[in-house]
Amino acid sequence: MTAALMTCKKDFPILQRQVHGKPLVYLDSAATSQKPVQVLEALRQYYEHSNANVHRSVHTLAEEATALYEGARQKVARFIGASQPEEVVFTRGTTEALNFVARGWAEKHLKAGDEVVTSPMEHHSNLIPWQVVCRRTGARLRFIELNPDGTLNLEQAGEVIGPRTRLVALSALSNVLGTINPIAEVARMAHAVGAVMVVDGAQSVPHQLTRVMEMGADFLAFSGHKMCGPTGIGVLWGKMERLEEMDPILYGGEMIAYVSRDTATWAAVPAKFEGGTPHIAGAIGLGAAVEYLSAIGMEAIWEHDRYLGELAWRRLAEIPGVAVYGPSAPRSGLVAFNIEGVHPHDVAQVFDSQGVAIRAGHHCCQPLMQWLEVGATARASFYLYNDESDIDRLVEAIEATKRYFQP
Amino acid sequence: MSSDFSLEELYRETILDHNRSPRNRGQLPDATATVGLLNPTCGDQIRLDVKVDAGRVADIRFTGHGCAISMASASMMTEAVKGLPVSEALALARAFKRFLTGEDPGRDLGELETLKGVSQYPSRVKCATLAHNALEQALDPETSSPTSASSS
Repeated sequence: MTAALMTCKKDFPILQRQVHGKPLVYLDSAATSQKPVQVLEALRQYYEHSNANVHRSVHTLAEEATALYEGARQKVARFIGASQPEEVVFTRGTTEALNFVARGWAEKHLKAGDEVVTSPMEHHSNLIPWQVVCRRTGARLRFIELNPDGTLNLEQAGEVIGPRTRLVALSALSNVLGTINPIAEVARMAHAVGAVMVVDGAQSVPHQLTRVMEMGADFLAFSGHKMCGPTGIGVLWGKMERLEEMDPILYGGEMIAYVSRDTATWAAVPAKFEGGTPHIAGAIGLGAAVEYLSAIGMEAIWEHDRYLGELAWRRLAEIPGVAVYGPSAPRSGLVAFNIEGVHPHDVAQVFDSQGVAIRAGHHCCQPLMQWLEVGATARASFYLYNDESDIDRLVEAIEATKRYFQP
Repeated sequence: MSSDFSLEELYRETILDHNRSPRNRGQLPDATATVGLLNPTCGDQIRLDVKVDAGRVADIRFTGHGCAISMASASMMTEAVKGLPVSEALALARAFKRFLTGEDPGRDLGELETLKGVSQYPSRVKCATLAHNALEQALDPETSSPTSASSS
């Protein structure tokens, strides 16, 4: 572990608190991450010092707020390797970003007989928008099937992605299985048939170094709150060409160029997609978050998270009566599991009594639960502030749960 | 939540026992009403078969899967209402729901009172009331409030 990673836990004040008299072990970062003081301070500084609306007024505060907001766009663009900051559209989060692509791009360009390809491991936010697009346009939704270990069946992907495919939507990392999807390879298949590649980066951007150009994506969606930033801010990145041919979703203030009584023309990208007063503080907070993550180093964070994910998978797989899901390695920094005979909600409740915060449920992945043939799972997810001692506490909590519910 | 939290207050021994050995589990081939309910946040599922005869709950069975709270609650409910007049069974289900939201149930709830700890956890109240909502729909489909999606 690098020195920066070893000492970063102190940057997260919430991790000092106790839950039910026990030190908090936060293992739910795949749902939302905790926030470092650097991000909290950026929010406070903005509200205390520069709060104003952006792009509108000619006064000092407005100029400062605009510079901070656009500065955040530049930071995020650098963080993901975008070719220009204008390709970064601020949204409320991944869900909104994917819906923008579905409504603004796919509904405009797809027609009956076209095909959209996705996978059964997708979060509902990368499935339902495409279901609706298909219903509205008459296009057909098809699936890249999974291998028994929860990886993508690439051979079958080559058959599903064909001349009728117009759009391929895939998550870079699974939020349940921990699968690392070969995005660049699937993007090549998509581009070979002239389809657009949409990447759900909600789980990957917080953990993996993201280079949108190398990834081969046409669109990438991600959320600020899973990467040390505030809730309510996210990003739709798109290639400029794609964003230009996409329709706005929110009509109103700030997204226009010229307005008469009966008609209007749109502002240039990205303003075209940012109707209304944006989440200025959120964007500034996200800018601070990507600076924080970059200072530690995304390569180091990815190595750390993957190490914890693989270690947790191995340690849990050794415990009698515990089932773990997804590939053993390589895998991302999370592990979904079940304890035989104990419902995941009861697992999470006992864990909570031990101060250990995990997620339990279907993780917004009901089709994946059907594929796994389970109703729900428990899930422990790791981030830069976790270490091996947290996995010890996880294992102890599992043992405690087994004792408590033993037949 | 206070730091003197005790898991035992939530998972009383009676609850663990009903979860381990559910009563009235199964299906009724001659059911007069069958209701399937889903708790979408947890994935708890229940199918309740009720046989009403001469205005009474002559027999009742449930199947499904879910957390210990939902399964134990279903098990206790079936024991409590079997043999009761329909109006009494409905009154019991409604009193139990009041009880879990911290109101006075206005009657003795028997073993179901061991689920009191659930009222401290708003996210788990839905688990404990799933079977009772199913019972209401089975016995009084007209006036019972629509809860989660019916699945059968």
